[in-house]
Amino acid sequence: MANKVLMKGNEAIAEGAILAGCRHYFGYPITPQTEIAAYMAKKLPKIQGTFLQAESEVAAINMVIGAAAAGKRAMTSSSSPGFSLKSEGLSYLAGCDLPAVVVNVQRGGPGLGGIQPSQADYYHATKSTGHGDFHMLVLAPNSVQEMLDCAFDAFDLADKYRLTVAILSDGTLGQMMEPVDTATKESGHAIEKPWALTGTQGKRLPNLVNSLYLMPEELEATVIERYKRYALLSEKEVRCEEYFTKDADIVVVAYGITSRVAQNAIDIARKEGIKAGLLRPITLWPFPVKQLMDLAQKASVFIAAELSMGQMAGDVELAIRCQKPVLRCNRTGGMIITPEELLQKIREATTLHEQTE
Amino acid sequence: MSASSCRILLSGFGGQGILFAGKFIATLGLALEREVSWLPSYGPEMRGGTANCSVILDTKRIGSPIVTTPDILVCMNLPSLDKFEPDIERNGLLFYDSSLVNRKPRREDIGAHGIPATQIANNRQMPTLANVIVLGKLLRETNLCDETTAATVMMTIVPERKKTLLEANLAALTIGFHYEDTA
Repeated sequence: MANKVLMKGNEAIAEGAILAGCRHYFGYPITPQTEIAAYMAKKLPKIQGTFLQAESEVAAINMVIGAAAAGKRAMTSSSSPGFSLKSEGLSYLAGCDLPAVVVNVQRGGPGLGGIQPSQADYYHATKSTGHGDFHMLVLAPNSVQEMLDCAFDAFDLADKYRLTVAILSDGTLGQMMEPVDTATKESGHAIEKPWALTGTQGKRLPNLVNSLYLMPEELEATVIERYKRYALLSEKEVRCEEYFTKDADIVVVAYGITSRVAQNAIDIARKEGIKAGLLRPITLWPFPVKQLMDLAQKASVFIAAELSMGQMAGDVELAIRCQKPVLRCNRTGGMIITPEELLQKIREATTLHEQTE
Repeated sequence: MSASSCRILLSGFGGQGILFAGKFIATLGLALEREVSWLPSYGPEMRGGTANCSVILDTKRIGSPIVTTPDILVCMNLPSLDKFEPDIERNGLLFYDSSLVNRKPRREDIGAHGIPATQIANNRQMPTLANVIVLGKLLRETNLCDETTAATVMMTIVPERKKTLLEANLAALTIGFHYEDTA
């Protein structure tokens, strides 16, 4: 642990991005993610980067579009209400096939909501980010180390598939400190971007970055091409972690901070002799469908635990084709599920499991 | 509290250095090669009201970073003691600033240490360091580390360029370490 330093989750995201070669950050302050902007403001000017506090969240995402179009690794971050504002820009990024990284350190909603942790932007991140046919690749870290690692990897994934990668975090992970090893990542590998708007210097035809296609045949073709990339990444980039799932009768599905709570609940359940395990999606889109389907062959009850009224639960049911019951364990509005609440749900699931025996 | 896991909740008014004391323990945990988590309250309470901070040191991977039933509770004011005293684990430890908390703890199944930290700090011309005095006492009673290690940790979190501040913090730590409970 000698090389580890204590860092806030928000700072770790910023450091991960810098390690990946991000030199362009545009943002607007909002609790509980402002440390990302503060870190960037402190560091970027010293390494020939650009930190710019925009006049609004909308301006910030449009600045990301500009920097990304020029082939630069660019990022913006916000928290729930501010992230909603970026929806239009995210759709344009997708329409232009531009690589970018965006961060949502979620707080309670809807509306201005509160400032305590939440996971109620799951639908927004995975399904309804903006208008039109598109997805973001969504990463959900559950530790400060993973905040750094995900931010780092996000840039490679974005460049590789030419899409926006979102890091869906929450106020707890953003504000907490844990030891971080910054040496886990080599400096980011830049990839060739022949499509970027870098000036022709009279040597080639101008590149065009555009999302307007008035001919429907043409527009349809761009969307179909994009979905081919989605199919590829759905095959190759799904990430998840399993904890005590091998012999699990009951599988808790939880991501981010809730997965940390789930670890406590499962540890207690195991001591009580209950065979409970955890599947933790790290990519929320693409969702670990295959892994869940495999678990559904052995487990008899699933529990979707999340800080929303049950936004991810439907994806769990879809993944396992409703073969097994999916119980819900929810808190929302800035409240966090306690290990005891989840344990209670696990015990409830045990009763259900015994009935199916 | 077991040797492998230690869950600490620190609480008080915003501005009393609750988060700093928590950061000290987290940094100590890092030096002791433990798994560590530090989670501050960041709500409206930070802006003038009560502040609290969860710190966990463990030999295993830490699950939830939220401490609801602490092994060790630090209270720097009465509202915090009223709020958190019932939650301390049986046989847990309580450290409170007895110059600001005007009642005795109610629990009898815990080890309680009242330190008139604010009064001592004021007498010693270090009015902002009551938190560090309590911290010193906590470190000694819990055997989390010896005085030398504590001083080393303090040097890593108070930058050298703030020499006067560092010296005052080290002095406060020593006072806490050597404070004897009064009957």
